[in-house]
Amino acid sequence: MAQTTSLAEENASTPLSSQQSIILRIARYNPEHDSTKKFMEFNIPYEKWTTVLEAILEVKKHLDHSVAVRYSCRQATCGSCGMIINGKPRLACFTKISELNSNVITVEPMNNFPIIRDLAVKFERLFDTHHKVKPYLIRDDTEITTNTKEFLQSPEELEQYIQFSNCIKCGLCNSACPTMATDSSFVGPQALAQAYRYVADSRDKGKDDRLKIIDDSHGIWRCHFAGSCSQVCPKGVDPAMGIQLLRGYMLGFRS
Amino acid sequence: MTNQDEHKAGIGGMINPRRYGVERIAYLLMRLSGLGLLAYFIGHIYETSTILKGQVGWNEFLELTQTNAGHAILAIVIAMCVFHTVNGIRVMLGHGGVGVGKPARPDYPYIPASQNIRHKIGIYSAIILAAIAMMYGLAVMFGE
Amino acid sequence: MKIHYGTALAAVALVAVHILMRLTQGFAESLEYDSVIANYKFIPYAGMLEIILILLSIHGFNGLRVILLELKQGKTYEKAVSYGCVVAMIALIAYGSRTIIMVNTGMT
Repeated sequence: MAQTTSLAEENASTPLSSQQSIILRIARYNPEHDSTKKFMEFNIPYEKWTTVLEAILEVKKHLDHSVAVRYSCRQATCGSCGMIINGKPRLACFTKISELNSNVITVEPMNNFPIIRDLAVKFERLFDTHHKVKPYLIRDDTEITTNTKEFLQSPEELEQYIQFSNCIKCGLCNSACPTMATDSSFVGPQALAQAYRYVADSRDKGKDDRLKIIDDSHGIWRCHFAGSCSQVCPKGVDPAMGIQLLRGYMLGFRS
Repeated sequence: MTNQDEHKAGIGGMINPRRYGVERIAYLLMRLSGLGLLAYFIGHIYETSTILKGQVGWNEFLELTQTNAGHAILAIVIAMCVFHTVNGIRVMLGHGGVGVGKPARPDYPYIPASQNIRHKIGIYSAIILAAIAMMYGLAVMFGE
Repeated sequence: MKIHYGTALAAVALVAVHILMRLTQGFAESLEYDSVIANYKFIPYAGMLEIILILLSIHGFNGLRVILLELKQGKTYEKAVSYGCVVAMIALIAYGSRTIIMVNTGMT
């Protein structure tokens, strides 16, 4: 059902005016009183540079205040605005309407995350699995006395793990993963990639600890290299690469 | 605390290969071919056990399998077997970290190095070899 | 998973030999009763078939176990699936071995 009349009284700013417009279908669901998801449609004008997040905020500003959406930085740094856009997990702030090549844009909350309301989802599982792999440097010698030197690292050593440290915890990889779709105990590509980030860090001495944690039936062995996590990662972390390199340690390809 | 719906994509999400590239299609085909081959294997073990019934029993069962339908099923099994084997070798190498690329500083447009041409060629080779093997099998079976 | 990889690699080689036997003997001829009996009576070939049976049963049912364990979780379910697959594995190996041993020893 298309809603084109404005529900807001405010005169905050002029709405986008453009020749082109798309139909934005937003999934609405409140677990407290709805039994199923339903879609509401909005006619939104857009420019070549308009992002999906801007379209959703346009809806919030002029058409329906009550759409629940998480967002913050608007520049693919905070990882807040992850959602399913036209069937694929993407960051709303990083996805331009023009690049979707469609007159209808459907936005839904990320799969494999419990829904809070509408497009906002709970991240507890991601935080728990991330915490499980000990995402911090583990060393015997800690700097508790003054005049201790910093941990030196060459640029080559930095290159080994820096791409995995770009993770913004947006959760798109966990949403795309086919194992996460059915396995509630799987640790997930985000956590496994972060496990590799620390194992590959020359300053870290906790490799054996972490390998023991992920050497579990619902740990690294449930990854089947479908690669969907890497396909959707907005920061080029390439979790699939990290996971296979990590598995190389366990299969004896690397030591 | 109530058990909240985890909003999992479910089996539909696991088997949906759309929009994720050929690697996801290969994952799905690997599972389907594996299950198909397991079913065939169980049938094959039963089929070969009919030899214990003597020549009559064996020939009776051959009449069931040496039919057009039987040959068609065997052709599909051949295709599944070749795909599963070739893709399996690709996946095993990938699992060891072979051919997944080297870590580097990511830069826009953030193309993932692990989803590279080598693995794509591996997948397409598996599909093409499976098709060739199936056609060869059909030629042998229907050519006689 | 290591068992999965190991059985896969070993089975590839042996299944290739098994299929080549069928093709070199002529597909239709190789399926004749006497041909098949002769194959089973040849001990190295019968031994190879037994090894293929064991490797593929393990690989196949382990694969099924992996798929089933990913579909649903829970201690009872996981134990049931694991034991069920092991039982099915042993049953299939036993049934197939029965055929091989009985034909090889002439108990048809």
